[in-house]
Amino acid sequence: MPAAPTLIQAESVIREYRLGETVIRAVDDVSLIVEKGEFLALLGSSGSGKSTLLSLMAGLDRPTSGAIRVRDRNLAELEADELARYRRETVGMVFQSFNLLPRMTLEENVELPLRLAEVDRHARESRVVEALERVRLGPRRRHRPSELSGGEQQRGALARALVNRPAILFADEPTGNLDSVNGEQILLLLREFQDSLGMTIIMVTHERPLAEKFANRIALLSDGRLVSDGVRH
Amino acid sequence: MKTRDLSELAVRNLREAVLRNSLTTLGVAVGVASLVAMLSLGVGLQTLASQRLTRSGLFDAVFVTSQRNFRGPRPPAPDSAPKKESRSLDEDARQQFSKLSNVTEVYPQIRFVTDVRYAGKSETTSVLGLPDSSRSGGAFEGMKGAFFSSPTANEAILQIDFAKVLSDQPPSLIGKELTLRYAERAALSKAADDDEALLDAMMGAGKPGGISIVPREKTLRIVGVIESDPSAGIGGFGGARVYLPLKTAEQLHVAQPDDLQAFLSGNPAKPSYMALTVRVRSPKDVLQVEDSIKQMGFATFSLLDATKSLRLVFTVFDLFLGLFGSLALTVACLGIINTLVMAILERRREIGILKALGATDRDVRSLFFAEAGVMGLFGGFFGVALGWLIGSALTWGTTIYLHRQNLPGVKISYIPWWLALGAIIFAIIVSLVAGLYPAARAARLNPVDALRYE
Repeated sequence: MPAAPTLIQAESVIREYRLGETVIRAVDDVSLIVEKGEFLALLGSSGSGKSTLLSLMAGLDRPTSGAIRVRDRNLAELEADELARYRRETVGMVFQSFNLLPRMTLEENVELPLRLAEVDRHARESRVVEALERVRLGPRRRHRPSELSGGEQQRGALARALVNRPAILFADEPTGNLDSVNGEQILLLLREFQDSLGMTIIMVTHERPLAEKFANRIALLSDGRLVSDGVRH
Repeated sequence: MKTRDLSELAVRNLREAVLRNSLTTLGVAVGVASLVAMLSLGVGLQTLASQRLTRSGLFDAVFVTSQRNFRGPRPPAPDSAPKKESRSLDEDARQQFSKLSNVTEVYPQIRFVTDVRYAGKSETTSVLGLPDSSRSGGAFEGMKGAFFSSPTANEAILQIDFAKVLSDQPPSLIGKELTLRYAERAALSKAADDDEALLDAMMGAGKPGGISIVPREKTLRIVGVIESDPSAGIGGFGGARVYLPLKTAEQLHVAQPDDLQAFLSGNPAKPSYMALTVRVRSPKDVLQVEDSIKQMGFATFSLLDATKSLRLVFTVFDLFLGLFGSLALTVACLGIINTLVMAILERRREIGILKALGATDRDVRSLFFAEAGVMGLFGGFFGVALGWLIGSALTWGTTIYLHRQNLPGVKISYIPWWLALGAIIFAIIVSLVAGLYPAARAARLNPVDALRYE
């Protein structure tokens, strides 16, 4: 079987934070390749640097040194507006704490990336409905996040992440606030997106069983370093 | 993000924190209201003063005296007009003035001191002839009684101070009659003189006839009693206590101080006027008419310079009122800055989410900017309405006070369209300026830090 093309290539990535006089190296010389269409789990304990690495690959942050190439463009060298465009058009994000805007209804939350991408008003509605149907939340579209369960909120966040049809979906501890049943449902949806939409999924988790069950590949981080990479399922 | 989407989001955000944003908007509204109320007061007073002064006839009139007349209201400036031969201010001159363009009326100033008899009392006072055009001036607003029934009516209006001298109840004088005793001037011809030798001795042989002064009486019906002195704008400078229709006053042929001059100049049959008032179409025509009359060799005086000074005074007055009003708006600005900075702190996570979803720094900045602008827009509208209410309350209070003083009410506050529109635009601009810092601060937020914020 021919190898899938490389989608993301992290090269000697270092991310340091300064806390007063102390310099904390959250990501320490990590090099990693993510292939198109794979489901990669970044596994590690708290403070291992997995979420920081995810933020760097998602274009939310910039590395202190090193390069992160996505489709041959180094994110570290992009202008702020280009980086925002990358997040808008190439990336979908799901967070542990759902991060739906509480004052908006579910459909308005899902519509938000389309507004930012200046998608035509008429086209938005069908795309919002399609995304909500995909996560089986069609009947809850007019509900506010506070009226939804945790699992529903995370499914709503998934709908928002995929409404712009991104190539890569980053999920930062997507099951962290959910019970095991809802957690599995979310990961099943991620697998479904991977299979049906050809999305590349990069998920941060500290739950090894879930990672082993759903991801194609696990990269293990510890103290900011990549300890192992390439356990494939 | 498109402008429409941006506006929708901004309004939605403002609606969510409705109490706080309403209070901030109210702060802007109060600031704008104080500014509008102050300026409307300035504009209102200026308009009132201009209307009153224009209607009083002070600013659309040129007062003309002969250059040989040393008793003019003000001696002409030495270099104010080219030196011309001094001319007599007679009927010919009056006709010439009437034919000048933009001149609406020319009338003499007929003022004389006389003896007034009423109910056995005899008082000496000053009488002034009023042109019929003074009827439309504001000077007679609030007068008790009525204006003269016709330009030649044998009627009189009394100034209240003089009316009080005649009666303890001045309004009761209306409808009563009084008698003027005055000195009538008549020309004498040589042929008519009984004692030609005496006249020759007086005038010199070969000189034309002289004048005679004859005591006369005239009975007039009192038709009105006025509180103010309406004579200021009619060509005189105050002091008259009894007013007659100008034509009635002219028909009396009362001996005037200029008669002596006419007599000495050798043409007593052709009387000259002490002063003429030339009324022009509008104050802007004053300068042109004044120049034309000066060219004819007469001395002129107008209050044009005084108008300019008045405008300057009101401009400075408006400036000060505006500054005081702006202080309140400055406080309102601080309120906007505070609200938006607080909103950034509260909405850090939201900003992080927006950025994670692909919002640019400009999108975030524009959103906060739009929220500030919307607060400014609503604040501006409410402020103008509130300013109008304050102005109306001031006018209402002033009117009540004036009515208690038996004076007619006045509109002291006036909001022209440009002030309302300017205030709204100003409120938006000020709010946007106030939103500059918070918006820039929100745009600079790092999405990772913002998302971490709880």
